Amino acid sequence: MSQQTSVLYDVPGPRQRRITLIGSIVATVLLAVGAYFLIYRPLDDKGQFSMELWGPLVDPSHENFSQVWDRIGFGLKNTLTAAVLAIVASLVVGTLLGLLRIQLKSLTRRRFTGLATPLAYLLRGLSGTLSAVTRVCVEVFRGLPVVLTIFFVARGFPEFGISFDSLWYLVIGLTVYNSVVIAEILRSGMEGLPGGQAEAAAAIGLSPAQTTRMILLPQAFRIMLPALISQLVVVLKDTSLGFIISYEETLNIGKQLIGVLDNPIQVYVVIAALFILFNYSLSKLAQYVQRRLSRGRKSAGTSAPQPPATALVSQAEGGGGGGGN
Amino acid sequence: MSVLIDKFDVFAGGFWLTLQICVLAAIGALILGAVMAVLRISPVPPLRAVGTAYVTVFRNMPLTVVMFFAAFGLPALGSNADFLRIPVLDSLFTRLGTDLPYFRFALLALVLYTAAFVCEALRSGVNAVPPGQAEAARSLGLTFGQNLRHVVLPQSWKASVVPLGSVIIAMIKNSALIGFFGVVGDLSQTADQLTSAEGYAFIPVAVGISIGYLIMTVPLGALLDRLEKRQAVAR
Repeated sequence: MSQQTSVLYDVPGPRQRRITLIGSIVATVLLAVGAYFLIYRPLDDKGQFSMELWGPLVDPSHENFSQVWDRIGFGLKNTLTAAVLAIVASLVVGTLLGLLRIQLKSLTRRRFTGLATPLAYLLRGLSGTLSAVTRVCVEVFRGLPVVLTIFFVARGFPEFGISFDSLWYLVIGLTVYNSVVIAEILRSGMEGLPGGQAEAAAAIGLSPAQTTRMILLPQAFRIMLPALISQLVVVLKDTSLGFIISYEETLNIGKQLIGVLDNPIQVYVVIAALFILFNYSLSKLAQYVQRRLSRGRKSAGTSAPQPPATALVSQAEGGGGGGGN
Repeated sequence: MSVLIDKFDVFAGGFWLTLQICVLAAIGALILGAVMAVLRISPVPPLRAVGTAYVTVFRNMPLTVVMFFAAFGLPALGSNADFLRIPVLDSLFTRLGTDLPYFRFALLALVLYTAAFVCEALRSGVNAVPPGQAEAARSLGLTFGQNLRHVVLPQSWKASVVPLGSVIIAMIKNSALIGFFGVVGDLSQTADQLTSAEGYAFIPVAVGISIGYLIMTVPLGALLDRLEKRQAVAR
């Protein structure tokens, strides 16, 4: 924040500090009055602060307290299971997809000299087509709302006579979308590396596959780690979409609780607080990692390649879909 | 595949409704996000705290929870979000004025959620302006307003456009959620309606719905790509 103020304002002098202090007091009073009349009063008028509604959630001596939190704990466990499975699956699939796209791209540039002419043309055509197909797949799945991928998976698979638990529908739906995003993150990370890295690897005799595996991929992972962690926040948020296919995650449990306790606002406040807690700590972790990385990079004499736009963009996607680029 | 031709008007209607809510929500989110960004960069600490709290809360909450709040919390308070029946707008976008409040609830949730990201995009744009620019402007004797208008905002705008666009694309995709919160007739609800209630085959309907969303997201994404490349060259 201090850095923020220094962009737009000079360091305040005594007069400016006085004005700021008065402004702060006035703003605090106005905000308090506003909060009282616009938020507290309407809520209080409807009796939303009564212990009857809050009791089962916050009062340990309430008869339903342990039962309610048992259910919420169950929901949290389901949410985390789905999130972890989706994250692992999309990391694996995303890495493979990113590698595939990079390899295909370099294949399309190759001319296959030394082979018979028709064979060379065939191979070039083949790699070109494959590259185009993967590109289209990436664009399509990145452009589709993740709600719909989950919905399509849950509806579409039974059409072909394949049916799983709703957990797996959720995981597959999330993986389809997030692996594409992760593939793009890794690909842009690898393409953003200095060209000298790949050239040096080629010069010491590594094959293209070895170059990717031993030189490019580790560095891409490192540079893109903050973006990848923010993507995890998105996955965690998106698991809340499981309610569409009636997977019993936190939000769905909340709905069931509301059906019994009839206190929507209170239950949602608690669930929102839980989500905010988890995601906030994850995004703090992302920031910490980014700081560590940029510190480590300085010694190499290059400025850290920053992916702030990607991080911001991927954050925006939570709860339903993804950003374009 | 015949469902795509037979029910073309249904798909088109769904597309139109989704487009409507996206336009409305984008306008609302840009306004609210700009207000929040101003709060976040204001020199008064309490206002800054409000902006920061808003962004932290809405950025870390799934949109689904915001939607639930709007669709089930507001009725519990006895509100139908009637304040969104804005006189001129509701004759233009008829769904705003209907008696069923779900369109308004969904719009409210989308605006609240997206505004947090708009705020961050705008703020990161202001942060991207080198401090020396504002300092130079001050030392030339430009007032705060002149400084903002002639020096800071034009440059921050350049840095904000691409993130803002991505936020809007994300919002279009997030709008698919409204069909699951009681809004009848948008693209995602159309899929449900056609397959489960009217018994059409699933795959063609899914293809139609996907095309509907891709029409909105892919060109915008391509546009952003071009903008980004041009900016990279300009820098």
